[in-house]
Amino acid sequence: MDVNSSMRSTGGQGPHVWPDDKTLIPDWIYTDPDIYDRELEKIFLGRHWNYVGLDCEVSEPGDYFRSYVGPLPVVVTRDMDGEVHVFENRCAHRGVEFCREYRGSADSFICPYHNWTYNLQGDLTAVPFRRGVKGQGGMPKDFDMAKRGLRKFHVATRGGVIFATACDDMESIEDYLGPVICPEFDATFDGSEMKLLGVHRNILPANWKLYQENLKDPYHATLLHTYLTTFGLFVSSNESNIPTDKYGRHGGLLSRRSEGRPDVSTEDAANMQAFKKAMELNDPRVLDFVREFDSKWSGSVLTIFPTLTALRQTNILNTRLLVPRGPNEFMMIWTVFGRADDDEEMVRHRLRQNNIFGPAGFLGIEDNEVLKFLQDGLRKSLPRDGLALLGEDDEPTDTIITERAIRGMYRYYRDVMEL
Amino acid sequence: MATVMDKGAALREARFEVEEFNYAYADTLDRFDVDGWVEYFTEDALYHVIARDNAESGLPLGLIYCEGKAMMKDRAYALLNTEMFAPRYLHLSITNTRALKIESDLIHAVANYTLIETLVEEQSRVQQVGKYRDIFERTPNGLLLQERKCVFDSVMIDNCLVFPV
Repeated sequence: MDVNSSMRSTGGQGPHVWPDDKTLIPDWIYTDPDIYDRELEKIFLGRHWNYVGLDCEVSEPGDYFRSYVGPLPVVVTRDMDGEVHVFENRCAHRGVEFCREYRGSADSFICPYHNWTYNLQGDLTAVPFRRGVKGQGGMPKDFDMAKRGLRKFHVATRGGVIFATACDDMESIEDYLGPVICPEFDATFDGSEMKLLGVHRNILPANWKLYQENLKDPYHATLLHTYLTTFGLFVSSNESNIPTDKYGRHGGLLSRRSEGRPDVSTEDAANMQAFKKAMELNDPRVLDFVREFDSKWSGSVLTIFPTLTALRQTNILNTRLLVPRGPNEFMMIWTVFGRADDDEEMVRHRLRQNNIFGPAGFLGIEDNEVLKFLQDGLRKSLPRDGLALLGEDDEPTDTIITERAIRGMYRYYRDVMEL
Repeated sequence: MATVMDKGAALREARFEVEEFNYAYADTLDRFDVDGWVEYFTEDALYHVIARDNAESGLPLGLIYCEGKAMMKDRAYALLNTEMFAPRYLHLSITNTRALKIESDLIHAVANYTLIETLVEEQSRVQQVGKYRDIFERTPNGLLLQERKCVFDSVMIDNCLVFPV
């Protein structure tokens, strides 16, 4: 192997060339700072809807919370007329990230440095010493408050999910999701009122795209996660479907749990290291399934490009926002919810079941750990291409031992990134 | 006056019992003995690890939420037999222990805790820092936890929390 030439091709000095073979994914998209910068321009500030949070996080007028559009800090507010707004968390004056609380309620935001004051729409409403002191100093005569507001994003909500975009002529959320994925999105976000149960946050030392890949990867789900296979949440014997939108950017892992324990063939069981036929729970309530959605799928994981994943698994409901923090790290914000009409027992059921997910969950630990290991491989070793070989691009969508959806995402990624 | 003295002495005695308990508890977890960890709780105990921002906003979501020992046993089994995670050393320190109130055989107590994790070829780092809000039951076999609420300040979790605190 010619070590020097492969080092050169990924060292940030020469142009990156994507390999011709569509089953190869080059390392440099996960580690290169120039690629990371280009993602901000082409993806997060491009023609995409960025998930920022849920309606139930700003249920009352005046409510706000910190969120992100790609890596950019934003504030999400509900104004006194009930409208949701998303604006940059960066003062228009010197650039202070002024909102420091996770969430709260306010009628205005005041930057602590020079007290520039903004309303819940992100408009500048007051600046101190505008006329200076004793006729000296102060703002220039042509200073126009209306032109000095915070950078605002366009906002749309669907089924209680809030999206933001910098694109001025963006299509509707429905069109953005497309006719294959939108019905699955609507099945989880069916318009019934949601109730916030809480938020998990973690730093994952890996590139943000690896998390989208992970949830487009049914192959690993049957191998890494004992809980999914052993208790039949996602297993080879389930009826399953892996749809993608026409561009390949959004996808779903849909699965229907059978009654009782999964009926896994001896051959499949021998292939699935994680499958533990004899494992029993001391407290099987954790897996109870209260039917509450009009969907044939008991498990639905949606990957909505660029940074949303939406989970409905049995009675666990969550969204995960991926916040890039440089090429080698991202933050995850897990927003866990139930429904406004849940009684006390249903809330407790959801809390018990949520032990499966989150950054201390039975699946969460394994995914977070393995993606850290993967980034270590990408960062530390000689550059090469990753493999996404399994399955066929034109296969029936109920094929589950496949990497078709990962290839689909990178077809779209190459196109939008012009790589 | 005598009653006040007695109450103070009783709380000091209770604090000593709780400290002894907590030192043994930390040692059990430092040795990854999660089966042994389960035995520090009563059958119907509540074990709740909750981020401080959730707790202070009245949001009930737990990072870990176990209603009863059976759920803790299931977590212990998973950690020892099925979960995939990187090898690590654990160092759990429990300090600033105080007994707040004694009600018949129950002791309400608080303590601060810090979990430092060390992974292969990585520097030691704080995985969790938080406060226990506990209810202990005095039993013939010594103290057992009826409730341990672990409210952690370290809201931004470094990758994942594998072992309980």
